[in-house]
Amino acid sequence: MKADPAGVLTGIHYLDGDKACAEGGLAAGCRFFAGYPITPSTEVAERISERFPYVGGIFIQMEDELASMNAILGASWAGKKSMTVTSGPGFSLMMENIGLGVMLETPCVVVNVQRGGPSTGLPTLPGQADMMQARWGSHGDYEIIALCPNSPQECFDLTIKAFNLAEKYRVPVFVMMDECVGHMTEKVVIPSPEEISIESRRYTKKKPEEYLPYEYGEDLVPDMVKAGDGYFFHVTGLTHDQRGYPDMTWETQEKCVHRLIDKIKKNSDDIFILEEENMKDARVVVISYGITSRVALRGIQLAEEEGMKKIGRLRLITAWPFPEKRIRELAPKINAFVVPEMNYGQMVLEVERCAAGQCETILIPHGGGTVHKPEDIYKAIKEAYK
Amino acid sequence: MKAVEVEEVKRKRKPKVDKLREDEREHPLEKWLRMERIPHIWCSTCGIGTAVTCFIEAIKKSNIPRNDICVVSGIGCSGRIAGYIRQDSFHTTHGRAIPFAVGLKLANPKLKVVVFSGDGDLASIGGNHLIHTARRNLDITVLCINNFIYAMTGGQLAPTTPPTAIATTAPYGNYERPFNLPALATACGAVYVARWTALHVRRLTTSISEALQKKGFSFVEIICPCTTLYARKNKLGSGLDLMKFYHDNSVIVNGVDPREVDIQYQSEIKVGKFVDLDKPSYLDNYNTYLQKKLGEKFKPYGVTDEEKH
Repeated sequence: MKADPAGVLTGIHYLDGDKACAEGGLAAGCRFFAGYPITPSTEVAERISERFPYVGGIFIQMEDELASMNAILGASWAGKKSMTVTSGPGFSLMMENIGLGVMLETPCVVVNVQRGGPSTGLPTLPGQADMMQARWGSHGDYEIIALCPNSPQECFDLTIKAFNLAEKYRVPVFVMMDECVGHMTEKVVIPSPEEISIESRRYTKKKPEEYLPYEYGEDLVPDMVKAGDGYFFHVTGLTHDQRGYPDMTWETQEKCVHRLIDKIKKNSDDIFILEEENMKDARVVVISYGITSRVALRGIQLAEEEGMKKIGRLRLITAWPFPEKRIRELAPKINAFVVPEMNYGQMVLEVERCAAGQCETILIPHGGGTVHKPEDIYKAIKEAYK
Repeated sequence: MKAVEVEEVKRKRKPKVDKLREDEREHPLEKWLRMERIPHIWCSTCGIGTAVTCFIEAIKKSNIPRNDICVVSGIGCSGRIAGYIRQDSFHTTHGRAIPFAVGLKLANPKLKVVVFSGDGDLASIGGNHLIHTARRNLDITVLCINNFIYAMTGGQLAPTTPPTAIATTAPYGNYERPFNLPALATACGAVYVARWTALHVRRLTTSISEALQKKGFSFVEIICPCTTLYARKNKLGSGLDLMKFYHDNSVIVNGVDPREVDIQYQSEIKVGKFVDLDKPSYLDNYNTYLQKKLGEKFKPYGVTDEEKH
């Protein structure tokens, strides 16, 4: 399906990442936004509140992030594409109901413009320390999708992608930005509506008397209905059977939760987006994401200037699900993975797990507040390259 | 599915029906309930079932298209209501039924969205949503079962537990001041506020029906007996004793200032319709204001083409 022209601001713009993210939402067909102001994500909400009245969308500033998260779930069940935007503290507040979104299998998009933490931390400065929270933050077992843009252009592109994945797999999808990407201003090209591909919601073709809310087919994703269409369906955050009815047995728990995990895991080849460069014969592979990938590039350049030419670059555009297979393939062929990230070791744990001792895994930690020094990345590469 | 089969077996266990005449076989509310989920989890003499019956009677009498009615519940005994009513129904997380309902309503203003939940869910963990949704005069109906206690978790102190009443987390009696829910809803801007007990079925049904017809935020408190926990902890007798208490101690005071209807331990319970007024709803304000401010370029929200012409 093509994008609804009403929301697409076709042209070449000079936008910051937050505003580009808002435009991505609009282009993807988002027409319901509920949010609560929080630095450094507020500009997304501001942009949407300005734009929605002209495109037939509804913006509401809720009383807190718990409310925002629930409102976008409700809106999604009423048939609207919906999103919210926050940063660390608000992301923490949303967690319980992100789990509700996962359990009800509700398509929606949650943007986290990461800042330094823990707690109030560094409200105006960058961090990448919510990556594991994105994966595991809500209680219980589940799989989730998280995308990491590294430029305003990608904030636009990946927000659309996030909506498409949310619809396809019926799951909340995270856009894990960081303050740098959110506040940097660059050229953003917004294509014409015909060039934007939109995944529409897969509504059931069954009649109400035949329909079961959690009956699924080959792709493990059930067809959806929306409120008001006469299906008289029930959904619950409790462990439920195919009818959507609670059933407090281990057998139903196994079926219910296992499928939530499998529908992402088994389709992960369709979900992964990785950017790779210079991987052939690489001795060292630098794995990074978000703003850190741009700093890493400079670190790699410094090493290359000294004749270290076999440095591969792998960028996690999809952070979750994690590209396990690709890391396992690379590990035996290289000396080391070098992983700079703005935290004290989060995604590196996954790299190390998948490398399974077949090569070295070197973390370049950073507490956030500013980006890495390219020299630190260069030094780590040099050490690993020997 | 094994679990389904188990329930199927349970459903077949209804042999007594055979003794009834053919025309009596169908339960009068069968079309409105998820009969495959009956028996429900509520204790015998619980008031929630009565409240559900009143709600269904109210929607039966209303001229609201059935497809438009959505029920949203939170967590707790009352949180299970959504699971038994055969409408589009959502069983959400603790305290969050109202914001979920706000999303439903705003995303499709045609829907008639009803939040049906308990006092702990709506006034404690979800209290912030209650006050802000009333403040915005968002067009939803909130039906609040008040049984003075957290029943599902075993009888803990609620924000509505009357002073001196015993709860498992107030073993020596409650020393906190409870909420007067009608006063709270009124102060925050609700346009329709009423309170009845589970004994006042006719008046409760009328109030729910009025609340559903009301544009804006409507709030009905339903005082319900909880025999298993509240009455047992406080040695108040059986379900019948509680109903007798409601009978002897409820005073109908329609139109009274809601600030005067707070409930003390085993005191008189003032019931009635306290507030019924007309104010523009959230979406009325949204559309009127932005139309004025932005003119032609503004696309009014939730207004169908027929309404525009």
